[in-house]
Amino acid sequence: MKTPFYDIHKSLGAKMLSFHGWEMPLQYSGIVDEHINTRANVGLFDVSHMGRFEVKGFDAYDCLQTLVTNDISKLNDHQALYSPMCHNNGGIIDDLIIYMIDRQKFLVVVNASNRKKDLEWIVKHSKSAVIENISDKTALLALQGPLAKKVLDKAIVDVNLDQLKPFHIAITNIFGIECMISRTGYTGEDGFEIFFDSSEIDIWDKLIQIGSRFNIKPTGLGARDTLRLEAGLMLYGNDMNENITPLEVPLKWTVKFDKKKEFIGKEALLTQQINRKLVGFEVLEKRIARHGNEVLMYGEKVGFVTSGSFSPTMKKSIGFCFVPMHVSANQLIEINIAGKLYKAKVSSSTRFYRRK
Amino acid sequence: MIEEIRFTKEHEWIIIKEGLAVMGISDFAQRQLGDIVSIELPRVGSRFGYMQAMAIIDSVKASSDIYSALSGEVAEVNEKLLEHPEWINQSPYELGWIVKMKPSNMEETELNSLMTTEQYNKFIGEIEKEKEKEGENERVGRH
Repeated sequence: MKTPFYDIHKSLGAKMLSFHGWEMPLQYSGIVDEHINTRANVGLFDVSHMGRFEVKGFDAYDCLQTLVTNDISKLNDHQALYSPMCHNNGGIIDDLIIYMIDRQKFLVVVNASNRKKDLEWIVKHSKSAVIENISDKTALLALQGPLAKKVLDKAIVDVNLDQLKPFHIAITNIFGIECMISRTGYTGEDGFEIFFDSSEIDIWDKLIQIGSRFNIKPTGLGARDTLRLEAGLMLYGNDMNENITPLEVPLKWTVKFDKKKEFIGKEALLTQQINRKLVGFEVLEKRIARHGNEVLMYGEKVGFVTSGSFSPTMKKSIGFCFVPMHVSANQLIEINIAGKLYKAKVSSSTRFYRRK
Repeated sequence: MIEEIRFTKEHEWIIIKEGLAVMGISDFAQRQLGDIVSIELPRVGSRFGYMQAMAIIDSVKASSDIYSALSGEVAEVNEKLLEHPEWINQSPYELGWIVKMKPSNMEETELNSLMTTEQYNKFIGEIEKEKEKEGENERVGRH
């Protein structure tokens, strides 16, 4: 499967990768180069592979309140909320963002790998709400970095971006073309996600053009992964799956047990015996840990790595892993990488990087 | 003895300089791996057989074993790569050299398996053609 920008990536000489059936750009100038540039300047990401569903009608609000663990009653018009969506047993089906356009119209953005699964689940629980899959009708670009706003200021004239708060949206025009922008992202930097009709692919080149004086660079999935890892953001499939609940990873804050409406998974989560937790780690030697590597303490296997990579900002090998509940920050652990044990240290947080 | 640069099927290069076999990975290999962020080097004095794994490279996306292009004893390793693993990407044949080995018996069979530059270019040309055919877009490392 290809996004509307596939030909552009190929023409830029991107090294491509097959990501859950999507032919996506892994890198253009290099993962480390693109990562550092996003933190210093601004990166442009094609994230059109993610799923986008509209949930509409009188029952839309109830439908979503039941489906997710977080509380959408807190939302005002043009505001967004992050939440996991769970099975009855508390296992995570996906993590997603819900954008409230108004009380009868929501946009839900889901992981590319879960498009089909999520759509079927949402439709199953839709009651009389109308669910429309607009993933192919729309394109999605992300502009991320300290200079993202400066770039977007030149493309969007009807909205004062200074007044667009994080996790808020605006329905406006970009280069005169209808769009929705949200102040959201997956990098730990300031940034925006831009939704527009999938035929308007010129928006990519126009952003590159006006962004060139701010050192804008096309940025691929490779850097997207290293950026989110540094920022402490989890990836479904790596850090979360249907055998993991939000209480075992740092998502307890998204489970609003006192929310007025019942939600799917509430009973199971209320009574869950939690016996592992996801923590950040730093490898003390120079090897990179990878998903699935065993974690040992005093020679015994106690957990496993869910995400591991290189942090270009810290120039260290970092990652997330499951450990028993009693393990505290600075605990020394060993990670089995390709049959050899390497020393690592549990971090105080899954968040390695904080923007200034 | 090899006087010109030769290549293995695993994309290592080897050249004899002042009696020692200098080895590294090819430009094709470094491009496949992407940004290299660390390398685990063998100890000086350790011995390796032909095509035995002697070093490990980590790129952001993958790990890759580096194989010895001949049997011998490690005389010198490029310790600067511990601080500058990116030299393997930037200068795979010069600054990015990995080990220097004292060859033990240079067997005829070992020599014959090594490709000349012309043979290696043809070899990687065929790899690229196959990739195009399969529609395979990404080969991340060798594992």
